[in-house]
Amino acid sequence: MAEDDPKDETWEHDLEDPEPFHHATTATTRGRRRGAPALYGIMAEFDNPTDLVAAARRTYEKGYRRINGYSPYPIEELSEAIGFTRTSLPLIVLIGGILGGLGGFFMQYWMEVIDYPLNVGGKPFNSWPAFIPITFECTVLVASFAAVLGMLVLNKLPQPYHPVFNAPNFALATRDKFFLVIEANDPVFKHDEAIQFMRTLGGIEVNDVEI
Amino acid sequence: MTTGPYNAPASVARLQRLALIVGVTFTALLALGFFVNRDQFFHSYLFAFSFWAGISIGSLALLMLQHLTGGGWGLVIRRVLEASTRTLPLILILFVPVVLGTYRIYSWTHEEVLAEHPVLREKAKYLNVPFFTVRAAIYFAIWLALAFFLNRWSWQQDRTADRKLVKRMRVLSGPGMVLLIFTVTFASIDWFMSLDPEWSSTIYGFLFVAAWALSALAFTVAALAALAKEEPMHNVVAQLHFHDLGKLLLALVMLWAYFAFSQFLIIWSGNLPEEIRWYIPRIHGTWGAIALGVVVLHFAFPFLFLLSRSFKRNAGKLVIVAVLILVMRLIDLFWMIAPNFTHEYFRVSWMDLVAPVAFGGLWLSLFARELQQRALIPINDPLYETVLEQKAAHAGH
Repeated sequence: MAEDDPKDETWEHDLEDPEPFHHATTATTRGRRRGAPALYGIMAEFDNPTDLVAAARRTYEKGYRRINGYSPYPIEELSEAIGFTRTSLPLIVLIGGILGGLGGFFMQYWMEVIDYPLNVGGKPFNSWPAFIPITFECTVLVASFAAVLGMLVLNKLPQPYHPVFNAPNFALATRDKFFLVIEANDPVFKHDEAIQFMRTLGGIEVNDVEI
Repeated sequence: MTTGPYNAPASVARLQRLALIVGVTFTALLALGFFVNRDQFFHSYLFAFSFWAGISIGSLALLMLQHLTGGGWGLVIRRVLEASTRTLPLILILFVPVVLGTYRIYSWTHEEVLAEHPVLREKAKYLNVPFFTVRAAIYFAIWLALAFFLNRWSWQQDRTADRKLVKRMRVLSGPGMVLLIFTVTFASIDWFMSLDPEWSSTIYGFLFVAAWALSALAFTVAALAALAKEEPMHNVVAQLHFHDLGKLLLALVMLWAYFAFSQFLIIWSGNLPEEIRWYIPRIHGTWGAIALGVVVLHFAFPFLFLLSRSFKRNAGKLVIVAVLILVMRLIDLFWMIAPNFTHEYFRVSWMDLVAPVAFGGLWLSLFARELQQRALIPINDPLYETVLEQKAAHAGH
């Protein structure tokens, strides 16, 4: 909890520091907790994107699958490094675009040919070249809506509460710090093991993230 | 990771020899055509010229574009683009017969045509052989000067690693790009639109800017994919670079389609006799079938293909679409240029097939020769380290 003192009674310091950190400055978490709130995961903090990507890659190789990275700006390699290579968003956008295009075209076809046929310049009612600009616009419009709404749905947004914000320093993820999280619901997650492992990744700090 | 000298592989030298043999043989064959059917010779000549000039001049546009934007994709293709722009002297030589053959190519050089058409008599202030020649000389002077300085400074950068050169190339590229778009606009009006001197289209110049940049990029992608199969470029070019080039290819396919369709839509909507006459022969009969083929294979297929992320990242698959675009560029230019001479009759002369191969052989041979003159990567450019990082980041895959 945010108002709790990190050095509260619930923290049991039963583990000696296993090894010095590579760039270690502080270590607020020292091990297993007892009677503490449920655990969301473990977070490591890095001060540059290269370390984050390297750490993410090692974490994935170690067998963890429920991992996530946070950075102030998009890092293309990161999604690959955490094994996030498949997303159904392109398919949603494609379907949106196709529906928008067909809808845009046949809306005009219905108006110009079926509902209110009007002779314009002696051209046929189905003057398809004239329909193309609006067909194109509708394709872009619906594809964009599909992209934005699909992104929100797939990311389960908006989310008024997310546990990662409980972690100290996490506000810096929008400024100049980079974070890696192994979620506690990962199939191979064991708290002590995961903490030990994350300390070897070369980050600045490793913290528990409570729900 | 090798950081040795990035010399061109032996296959480039083989290409130079092979292309020269093909080029000289087919040029001799084309020269034969000069004596067989002189009109057809010049018509086929202009068509083939329009394609290969487009790759040189389009490469100049892309070279300046990558100087302006930066990025790893630009660094890995820079030497290919530079070699392409150094073929501009060949394009200048190839243009000389066009000037000599204006009477066989352009109807506005005929006194009896001018006598019949009062509008053309007015246009003769612009469309006359001396001014046509002077304008062409100005276009070539600008293109050659831009290519000369960009190539020279890039070469100096290899020697001295002077950081000021990066800025100098960028500063030239900004105004250079503006000049290039103006000169290509006027050149395409002079050389191709004036084939039908009564007809005019205001988007015609942009159509050529997009089309020439597109053919240059398609050629560059194909060249890079071939180079990336072998040392030393194998160690530098990453999937990411093909992905970026694929995106640019998609953008240019869409830009070209946008310009081409805009011209059609506006003329079709207006349906004015002096404008629609350009499309009527081109959308009926065999020409119409070709137009449909251009829509499907030059736009729809590359567009859908390039939407896919995995296809853009796969050099082998990207080459297929790049080669398809090059072939379709050739067919599109034929569809634009040839009906000016044959009108509604569809006819392909043997010279229409020989001329592009002849110029292509000469052009590719010179290109291969120029590619061997310098390292394939400008290793003193500040972006070089970035490119190596990009390659290393993907090495695990």
